[in-house]
Amino acid sequence: MNIEIEELAKEFGTERALHPVSLAIPSGALIALLGPSGSGKTTLLRILGGLEFPTSGRVLFDGADATGLTVQERRAGFVFQHYALFKHMTVFENVAYGLRARKRRERPTDAEITRRVSRLLDLIQLPDIGARYPSQLSGGQRQRVALARALAIEPRMLLLDEPFGALDAKVRKELRQGLREIHDRTGLTTVFVTHDQEEAMELADLVVVMSMGRIEQVGKPAEIRAKPASDFVRDFTAA
Amino acid sequence: MSDITFIRAESVTTEPRLTRGVLIGVTMALIAVLLFAPLIAVFAEALSRGWAAAVASLASPDARSAIRLTLIVAAIAVPLNAVFGIAAAWAITKFDFRGKAFLITLIDLPFSVSPVVAGLALVLLFGVNSSLGAWLVANDLRIVFAFPGIVLATMFVTFPFVARELIPVMIEQGRAEEEAALTLGASGWRTFFTVTLPNIRWALLYGVLLCNARAMGEFGAVAVISGKIRGETTTMPIMIEMLYNEYLSVAAFSLAAVLALLALVTLTLKSLLEWRHADLLAATRRH
Repeated sequence: MNIEIEELAKEFGTERALHPVSLAIPSGALIALLGPSGSGKTTLLRILGGLEFPTSGRVLFDGADATGLTVQERRAGFVFQHYALFKHMTVFENVAYGLRARKRRERPTDAEITRRVSRLLDLIQLPDIGARYPSQLSGGQRQRVALARALAIEPRMLLLDEPFGALDAKVRKELRQGLREIHDRTGLTTVFVTHDQEEAMELADLVVVMSMGRIEQVGKPAEIRAKPASDFVRDFTAA
Repeated sequence: MSDITFIRAESVTTEPRLTRGVLIGVTMALIAVLLFAPLIAVFAEALSRGWAAAVASLASPDARSAIRLTLIVAAIAVPLNAVFGIAAAWAITKFDFRGKAFLITLIDLPFSVSPVVAGLALVLLFGVNSSLGAWLVANDLRIVFAFPGIVLATMFVTFPFVARELIPVMIEQGRAEEEAALTLGASGWRTFFTVTLPNIRWALLYGVLLCNARAMGEFGAVAVISGKIRGETTTMPIMIEMLYNEYLSVAAFSLAAVLALLALVTLTLKSLLEWRHADLLAATRRH
């Protein structure tokens, strides 16, 4: 699914989190929103997911206006910064949550839910942890469970907020590879937020550099390295 | 892992044996004098003329109607305050709006206002001397010196308990889990029942138990608004005071013992639930 963002702006009270920004995300791309804290990248991601609503501007999914769609209608697989796993549910129930939440007519049978959850746990290479609680998992495992839970709803796109932020360097490298593989296998349009330029450059097809609520530059990692559009981009992406 | 933390705790925080002994001893002595001794005295006084006398005094119509009234009032006031408490805590922790700080202060109002004043305020508001009260009387709706007044007074006094327990827990938990449920397609109600409520259930239970204990024990506000009509608007605490003033000490203390027992039952219930769900409790609290 391709995503178009037209003149999107967001104000919190008198504070401008997002100046009017426009961006086209081609279907199946893996995009990084890169910037320091306060650059508006998370706000933009949350607007795409339907967790915030813009003050003005439009969002189009496959050419259709999606600005007014509720969070449930968007069917965006969202991975939260600290994963937001349901603490009182097992891993299995966490992953099954979105399927069980469907309307009765569209809800798969219990057997089908079991089958889909185990397939997802296989996909994230943690086939045997269904009975555990989130508190019994490592940080990296939690992140992968959050990914499986987001994928369970058969999302139209994948949105990830600092998906590697809370992990140590070694796990981070492994999981980057994991996300790349899952993206390539599912072909989902994927947008992730990061403040780590190395992560953005290594993982994304297209990097959107943001600062103070504006988009500074959009381009392939190599282009941004070779031709930074502003001093800010040059400084921020200097490794 | 646990061994390591245990050893560290030993070396860093352990006090000399004497200090420990004195602290534990003082605590135990205080609990014995302030909590246990009065409780035992109540039961001893109730049974001073034997079981038969105590039971007979509880079987009197006045005592029975007081017990019934107290239980019914609690059965209405506590669930309503649980719902209001959840709503207030939800509003305060999940939304940002003007006047939020003021609302938080307002929730605490029943804690700081003397219950007698609260009772008087309700009498002023709903009594015959106010226009609202006059209208109510004209339409044969009795609130003051009647059952609805007792429920209102009890609700006023016990309002903060549930909200007070929930607000810090809900602030700590933030909104992320609820947002996650919504992105997975759950409706607002489903999110509340499958995510929010399980996360706050222990705090909620604790708030409800405290609320219940206070609802059954409330004296001041109810004393003013009930008019103390014997056998009709006398709750257990009011009846106890009346009996005591009439020098019917066995009857007074028997009823007091029942009230204390009700409180002990709620406490036992809480401990039992915590003990039975200890594993799950540990799993959800860690993190």
